[in-house]
Amino acid sequence: MKHKTFFWFFLPTALAMLVFIAAPILSILMQSVFLPHEQVVIEVESCGPFGCSTTTSVDQEATAKLWEEAPLGRFAGMQVYFDRGHLAVAEVGEAWSTTQSWGEFFGTLGNLPLYRALAFTLTYTFVSTPLLIILGFAIAVAVNNLGPWLKGPVIFFSLLPFVVTQLIGSLILFWMVDARGVIGTFIQWIADDPDLSLKASTPLTWIMLIVYGVWNSAPFAFVVFYAGLQTLPQDTLESAMVDGATRWQRIRYVVIPHIMPLVTFVLLIQLMDNFRVFEPIIGFSAEAHATSLSWIIFNDLGGETRQLSSAAANSVLTIIGVSILLAPVLVRTWRESKAKT
Amino acid sequence: MKFITKSALAAAMMLAGSQLAYADGHAKCGIESGRVSVVGNEFPAIQTVGAGAQECASDSVEVKTNLTADHQKINVAGMTANPAEYTTAIVANSSIVALINEDVIRPLDDLVAKHGGDLNKNQLITIDGKVMAVAFMANAQHLVYREDVLKEAGIEPPKTYEEMLAGAKIIREKGILQNPLGGAYKAGWNLAQEFNNMYIGFGGEFFKPGTAEVSINNEAGVKALEMMKALSEYMNPDYLTHDSNATSAEWKAGNVAMMNMWGSRVGPLRETEGSSQQVVDNTKIAGPMTVGGGSIPATTLWWDGWTVAKNISDEDAEATFLAMKNGIDPKMLNDETMTQAVWLIEGYQPTPAAIGVFATVEAQAKPYPMKPFQGLLHTALGAEIPDFMTGKESAEKTLADIEAAYNAAAKEKGFLQ
Repeated sequence: MKHKTFFWFFLPTALAMLVFIAAPILSILMQSVFLPHEQVVIEVESCGPFGCSTTTSVDQEATAKLWEEAPLGRFAGMQVYFDRGHLAVAEVGEAWSTTQSWGEFFGTLGNLPLYRALAFTLTYTFVSTPLLIILGFAIAVAVNNLGPWLKGPVIFFSLLPFVVTQLIGSLILFWMVDARGVIGTFIQWIADDPDLSLKASTPLTWIMLIVYGVWNSAPFAFVVFYAGLQTLPQDTLESAMVDGATRWQRIRYVVIPHIMPLVTFVLLIQLMDNFRVFEPIIGFSAEAHATSLSWIIFNDLGGETRQLSSAAANSVLTIIGVSILLAPVLVRTWRESKAKT
Repeated sequence: MKFITKSALAAAMMLAGSQLAYADGHAKCGIESGRVSVVGNEFPAIQTVGAGAQECASDSVEVKTNLTADHQKINVAGMTANPAEYTTAIVANSSIVALINEDVIRPLDDLVAKHGGDLNKNQLITIDGKVMAVAFMANAQHLVYREDVLKEAGIEPPKTYEEMLAGAKIIREKGILQNPLGGAYKAGWNLAQEFNNMYIGFGGEFFKPGTAEVSINNEAGVKALEMMKALSEYMNPDYLTHDSNATSAEWKAGNVAMMNMWGSRVGPLRETEGSSQQVVDNTKIAGPMTVGGGSIPATTLWWDGWTVAKNISDEDAEATFLAMKNGIDPKMLNDETMTQAVWLIEGYQPTPAAIGVFATVEAQAKPYPMKPFQGLLHTALGAEIPDFMTGKESAEKTLADIEAAYNAAAKEKGFLQ
């Protein structure tokens, strides 16, 4: 393609990317290094239905003047990134020098909001992603071997978990796993423990969220792999059969290499998606046991006083986290494509 | 199931956006022209007020309402623009603080002088001598109990949390109910609110006087946390996921005998839908409880009221004031609306559902503090207390964590240096 043609072809995309991707990222970067001005607080008398009392209030005139002088707020550099709510540099440093063992160090780390969220986020990402790829592949192979009259209905039903909105799906399951719900009671019966509650135990909550994540996303992997299976080279498969390859050997040496690019694709998308795990935590009301980076952003913005700089810093950290996570896969794909050309 | 339907419905309503009252006829409520747009929480009393404001719609007056449980996530943003999307926000004494901090609501003194002659003096919320909101209802958490269960166990309705705890033990030991206590202990806002109640009951002060320096890591803080944990032993093991809705559902299912619950939630508890006649007939209310031998009730007083946006024309502000005033006009009080809230409106006759809130006022409970940085502490409490409740750390460690989390947030917002 000529450079000029390419330029005009790519221009609309580039513009959209600039407006919808680059600009918001720039905006959160700015937001995360600027803080609101120091508040001018005055003592005032406040009256209402329950009588009068002395309280404090923000001095609007003085504050408005500060904002007029510096509309962006006060520049704070990396202060927000380093405070206790985020990377907690001082706290981690202290823990490093005062704790005696690794266990104690990680215990202290787990008490800081960002590291606690990372612990769950990373566990969730690295456990559910491979599981859902394996499950999705298994379903795809199974469905591919079904008779034509069964395929349609089975595909429809296997896709359902993916069709249901995550928030709604998790809300429905939330009530089913309740101590008096269908699944909750069943698990109590299996474990022979009438007081067992999934929602009250941290490990069980984590397992529940991971199982839910796999259940929800496996259909995505299934659909991609199933599409890939339709393009399987029948010649190769038949020659493998002639050569006496078992079913397992055909899958291992023909099917898997054929759909490997799709596995990379699903892996990329799911690593990214799972790192941003959010809806299940809200749907299952699991914030007492499991938090994620996205949940912290939600919490920053959901309070009665919004913490915009903190939310922005967490967003930047999430982007960095996703980049680190995807880097190995991307580098490998790039090398492979370079080797081919 | 009903809760799910309701939440789904609420979400659908939120997505569908706001309701628009269509114009019919000429000037109403004395408004010639203007734009009125209401944002507020979603419960029956507020819906009544919203409907009252919509009555003022005419050919030249547009009245929109957007009532949603997520109102406080959108009200500041919706009032910051110029002109503001929302000309009024219905708020409570906690959520008005964010609007004042961001300077998006206007003083109402001139409008009150012009049109507000018939408002009660105690409806006017003044800060530094300026009227910032008009309150229309009061709310508080207080005791709700099951008369039949308490009778069967041979105990009196508790006046203190210690009595509540002792009563719960008896009910469980007699095998009447396994988890006789309820409470909105969901991690986050609700759990933090229960701590606030208990901490106030133990006589604690949240901040060093006259400063934004938090001071909850003290004896009252430890005692408050320990009392909450003691109570939680008698609650459904899933209590950290139960907000007011879920706690009400537990109550209606007949699983709970005593709880500290919002006055505004008592009405629905007395409906048989999703409940049984026995539960409904025996749902009784009483005043708030004290704790630790203190005299201040372990609860807080709340008002709900409306404000008027700053970034709108004076014409729209006047239209908004008149429409909202029509929403809280004494003529809207009838048999149905009387039970929806403890109205601060002239002519309101307290119903049996209101005695809890009235008893709370009489017991001289403290109002929820209107400090500019109270919301930051509330968020920190809600995020850190679960660690104590789940037994991961000691009360002192949790309180130290709360203070550290608050300090980081207060530094970011510029309340602390």
